[in-house]
Amino acid sequence: MCGIVGLFIKNPELESQLGALVAPMLSEMTERGPDSAGMAVYRDPNEKGCKVTVLAQDADFDWADFENAVSSNFSVIKFYVNQNHAVLSLGASLNEVEAWLHDNWNALSVTSAGSNIEIFKGKGNPSDFIEQFDIKNMTGTHALGHTRMATESAITTEHSHPFSTGQDLCLVHNGSLSNHNRLRETLKRAGVQFKTDNDSEVAAGYLSWRLSEGDDLDQALNHAIEDLDGFYTFAIGTKDGFAVMRDPIGCKPAIMAETDDWAAMSSEYRAIATLPGAENARIWEPEPTQIYSWKRS
Amino acid sequence: MATIDLNQSSIRELNEKLQVGSSGDNFTVNNTVGKHALSVGLTKDINVEINGHVGYYCAGMNQEASIKINGNAGPGLAENMMSGQVRVTGNASQYAGATAHGGLLVIEGDASSRCGISMKGVNIVVGGNIGHMSAFMAQSGTLVVCGDAGDAMGDSIYETKIYVRGKVKSLGTDCEEKEMKKEHKEELATLLEMAQMNYSVDEFRRYGSARKLYNFDIDQVDDY
Repeated sequence: MCGIVGLFIKNPELESQLGALVAPMLSEMTERGPDSAGMAVYRDPNEKGCKVTVLAQDADFDWADFENAVSSNFSVIKFYVNQNHAVLSLGASLNEVEAWLHDNWNALSVTSAGSNIEIFKGKGNPSDFIEQFDIKNMTGTHALGHTRMATESAITTEHSHPFSTGQDLCLVHNGSLSNHNRLRETLKRAGVQFKTDNDSEVAAGYLSWRLSEGDDLDQALNHAIEDLDGFYTFAIGTKDGFAVMRDPIGCKPAIMAETDDWAAMSSEYRAIATLPGAENARIWEPEPTQIYSWKRS
Repeated sequence: MATIDLNQSSIRELNEKLQVGSSGDNFTVNNTVGKHALSVGLTKDINVEINGHVGYYCAGMNQEASIKINGNAGPGLAENMMSGQVRVTGNASQYAGATAHGGLLVIEGDASSRCGISMKGVNIVVGGNIGHMSAFMAQSGTLVVCGDAGDAMGDSIYETKIYVRGKVKSLGTDCEEKEMKKEHKEELATLLEMAQMNYSVDEFRRYGSARKLYNFDIDQVDDY
């Protein structure tokens, strides 16, 4: 069992309250996933270069030293540290930045890359995660969150969702995949890199691979129905919105709701009930294998 | 009439209050916000009106009580109900009425997948559509669907009767369409009236077990 939440703001006036609206949703999903939590937030686009979120496993990591190194190598549009993560908004290409991180900063791993996305995740109770990362004060256009109850691999920060699946893309997953070991080997041969033995990371890697092969998101998800064996409700964050898809059996729950102000998805209605106007929202259960998506026009 | 506000009372307090209610008592429950296991394990003929959407396993194991939900219900509505009546004005999620032995379950909107899975005597009336794998291994009782049915309806069915007004996407293994006889029309008319669904019985088709999957065949005795 895991919990998923997604919130897409339709009324721009609510963008300043994104964190305040999504934090109670994530908190409500604590019982579904008390082991770890994570959130992808889309905000402050950097169109002049790239935005990268990095994670330091070592609590004593010297962020001041790192910040100095960043500023002497790149033009810095914004740099900030949030707990054991840092968000780098730089006037440089993603290739340059990733190569530099790879060559010089072994202690860091990249949790997200793109122009809008920021991904934060942590072990432990979701309410601690929400508090420590100050999720309530985050602004933005849309967010995806996950609470994890680990069933098939270890509880670490890196095993936590969301998983990055490419630039400004991320995946959260409720369910379990049964063919992830073989699929991981196939994807490795195709050049996809994995950080953990987690099944959901394989789904993320699979989507990255399909997208790199030229699929659009809908095509990649339709291929996933063929190639992934197991149970899943996926929510996929994109630069402009998010998409939701359930497996053909539709075992794992999902509920969607929409008002004039927002569109939301969650594993259970009680997470959506925390939103203003939820009582009168249009509410429905997504059909198996149907792709539902919201996009900024 | 007692009103229980779930902003003030815990789910355990609610269920304890309902479970000790006396025959004929009326209860109203407010501020449900999708909470789980509301109004479960009732054994008296009390009336419970729940205002708002409910989460998993509402009205589970119900006996005698009449429970009305003004909203949508999450997975496992009226699971293993024994008797009484459960009505939801909106939609119900997966496996509504699963394994239920008796009583009447009315879903005014749509029911999701696996509605009436392994049902054992309950009568279920759905005003809208039902999802895939509904009435899987259904043993007895009746499932009435006023809308359409999803894939693999009645797979591995035993002796449950299914009446569908709309289209059936596909039938499961050993489920077939059957003749609508006079007694079936009478039974259906009674259920539609009890559920307050205003449709003509002539609009419905009947489905049931082809009895090829589970029946013991004396000619094959040597195979065992």
